[in-house]
This record gives sequence, structure tokens and C-alpha cells, in this order.
Amino acid sequence: MNMRAPTADLPIIFDDVTVAAGAVTILDRVTLTLASGAPTVLIGPNGSGKTTLLRTAMGLTTPTQGRVTWGAQENCPPTRRAIVFQRPAMLRRSTGGNIRYALRAAGIPRPERKTRMRELLALVGLEHLAGRPARRLSGGEQQRLALARALARDPAVLFLDEPTASLDPAATKAIEDIIRAVGRRGIKIVLSTHDLSEARRLAGEVVLLHRGRIIETGAATAFFNAPQTDEAGKFIAGELLV
Amino acid sequence: MPDDVSALQLVLAGDPALIAIVRLSLLVSLSAVFFAALIGVPFGALIALTRFPGREGVIVALNALMGLPPVVVGLAVYLMLSRSGPLGSWGLLFTPQAMIIAQTILVAPIMAALARQTIEDLWVEYRDELTAMNIRPAGRVATLIWDARFSLVTTLLAGFGRAAAEVGAIIIVGGNIDGFTRTMTTAIALETSKGDLSLAVGLGMVLIAIVVAVNALAWGVRRAGERLAG
Repeated sequence: MNMRAPTADLPIIFDDVTVAAGAVTILDRVTLTLASGAPTVLIGPNGSGKTTLLRTAMGLTTPTQGRVTWGAQENCPPTRRAIVFQRPAMLRRSTGGNIRYALRAAGIPRPERKTRMRELLALVGLEHLAGRPARRLSGGEQQRLALARALARDPAVLFLDEPTASLDPAATKAIEDIIRAVGRRGIKIVLSTHDLSEARRLAGEVVLLHRGRIIETGAATAFFNAPQTDEAGKFIAGELLV
Repeated sequence: MPDDVSALQLVLAGDPALIAIVRLSLLVSLSAVFFAALIGVPFGALIALTRFPGREGVIVALNALMGLPPVVVGLAVYLMLSRSGPLGSWGLLFTPQAMIIAQTILVAPIMAALARQTIEDLWVEYRDELTAMNIRPAGRVATLIWDARFSLVTTLLAGFGRAAAEVGAIIIVGGNIDGFTRTMTTAIALETSKGDLSLAVGLGMVLIAIVVAVNALAWGVRRAGERLAG
């Protein structure tokens, strides 16, 4: 697999970013830097702003206030960024057809597409399902296909929005193994989850969000062993943040 | 009912006059559906994907145009193509081409309105993915039309149903000329008024059979397509 070094889109810098929908503030003056390196895991209860933060980092949601830069550029098209949504939409094509579509969209020359498609299918363990309609795959298989489709863009940074939500343990392990493999290829992973166990397994860096604000951020080991805020302590202890 | 018996005999015997009428009817209706789809589906997709001032008004107008009265369309096309009309020099009045033009005008709004709804529903599902993949607007339209192709079969069927059953417009611009612009619907109207119910009933049976066959074929294509592509 020809994965390029993560350069162009990183670091992603949120500078005092607010995202509001009408009277509701979804992200509240967020300042954050996402740099290359170990996976960054966004944690927090439902409605804390994790998905909106990922969408804003991807460039799909425009800040109401503040600014986001990608490699010091504003208005940077998402050529080297990719996202896997919590409920990815499957194109009405075969499993292989979905990947071929993403490869074509990424500008991969036609002669290379077949080889790349096979590599991506192998990476996510779906070689045997290449011809099956994507919408007939199981939930876990669809998540893996969405991962392969995102990787077809040869991204420098990959955003994953609750990639294992509602998956069983076996499917969760398969997805997490792929995430680790992708991370080892030098692709920056930014992942959201409300599952603390998953955060412990995958995170190099943790960002705790609550009510649209960043409560605490830091290296995963330090965060889990010595949280600096009451909210983080409660969240780690399994208490409800309301 | 002796008329029914003789009508069935006409059909079974493959009466040449009847076959010529059926052939012309299919040529006119299928051509109109083809051209209406070329115009209506991309137009519907464009409206589905774009936001502009007055968009709601365009959608309401498009929906209203689905109920265009055929005789009004026939009259408008007649005025355009008549010798003193702006397109009179084309010499198309009372030809199958004029009938195709009239039916295309009738069917295109149906195609556009139904395609708009189908594609907009799919766009809601695909929007984030296609935006994240940085797909350009033309690529989005092409993707949505392709991926909605089996749902759009219903749109084509609605258009074909309108064209195949239509008589008001084509009788005005075609003239119902025997052996040249006579279709099943215009012939049924004429033969009924003349009292020749055998041919009228025979044509009616063929018309219904064709509509059922086309719908069955489209249903089969749609089911097979969904099975293969999801």
C-alpha cells in the first residue's frame, strides 16, 4: 500500500472555534491542535460535540466563530483528509464498486485501481465479499468497507466517528485492529467514542468534551492515571456527566 | 359479444393495419419518453442538488406541470408548428415528429418532478459521503442518477403511462392520418365514433397488454438490478 507521509493537512488548528445551530451552541470556543503522531481520541457523553468537532476538522461544518486551519491554510479542500461516519452511507454498488468509486474520486489512474482495490479489500478483510452489494453487508462489514473507502483517498488524517458503536466484540476487534494497522502506516487517526475501554485501547492523546467545551486534553496515560479536572475524574470513574 | 370476438380475431391474426398502428404508437411514446428522460431527469437532479431563491416555486410549478392538459399542449405545439407559426418552416405539423414533440412536452415535467424527489431522497443519504470525497457537482449528479437508476424506472413507467394513454395532444398535432400518424389511442377514438367497435376493442386490448408487459418488464429489471447492485 502506497501511503504517503502525513504532511499537507497537518497540523489542524482550531482557534477559538464556536459552532452554533440557531440558539444552540454545539462547540463552544474550542482551541485545539491535532498534530501528526499517535491517535487522538475524543471522548465525552452523547451530545458533547464530538461529531461536530470531527465534521469541522474535516471541513464539512463551517465555524460560526473562530477559524480552522489545515497545515496553516484556510479553505483547504479535503484532498488528504477522509472520514468514516458513524452510519456510513453505502453506495448502491458492489463492495468492490464502492472502493473503485472512491479511488476514481481520489484521482487514482485507472490502471492502478484494480491493484489498489485488492490491497484495500485485503487490509479490511473483505476480499471474499468484493462482488456482494454493499448494502447487503453486515454492520461490521459496512464499517470496514467505509474504512477501506476512506483509505482509498490516501489520507494524511483519518477521522472516525464512533466507528464501533453498536458492533459486537468480534466486529469491534476487527475494526480496532485495522485502525492500529492504519496508524502504523503514518496516518493520523482522530477518533470519537463514548466507550472508555476503547479509548484506553487506542488513544495516544485524549480530548474530553462536555457540552461543547474541551474539559481536558493530554497524553492518554496521564489522562487516565491522573486526571486534572473533576469532570475527567468522574467520567473515568464511570459517573454520569450531565 | 360479437365485437369482442372479432376484435380478438384481429389481434390474433396480426392484422397489418393494426400492427402498423401499434408500431407507430410505440415509436411515438417510447421516443417521447426517451427525450423527456434526457431533459427531465438531469433537470430534476439539478433542482434536487441546488439551493437558489425561488426553488420552492420551481418545485410547485414542476409538480403542477405534471397535470398539463394534453389538448392545451397540443394546441400550443400546433400554433408553434403551423405554417404561420414561428417553427412553421420546419414542416413538422401532422407528422410523427410533431406527436413526439407534443408528448415530450407532456412527459418531461413528470420525469423532472419524480426524478427530483427520488434523487433528493438519495442526496440526503449520500450528501456527507460525496462531500467528504470532494465530488464535484457534475459528478454528484451523475452518481445520484446512476445509483437511483432502479428507482427511476418507476419514473420512466409513469412517463410511459402518460404517453401511451394520451390522445388529446397527438390528435391535434398529428391529425390522425391513416397509415401515417394514426396511433392506438387516436384510432380507438376515431373507430368508436365511426361505430367500428371491433378495431377499437382490438386496439384497446393491445394497448392494455403493452402497458402491462412494459410494467412487468420494468418491474423485473428493477428487481434484478436491486438484487445485483443492492
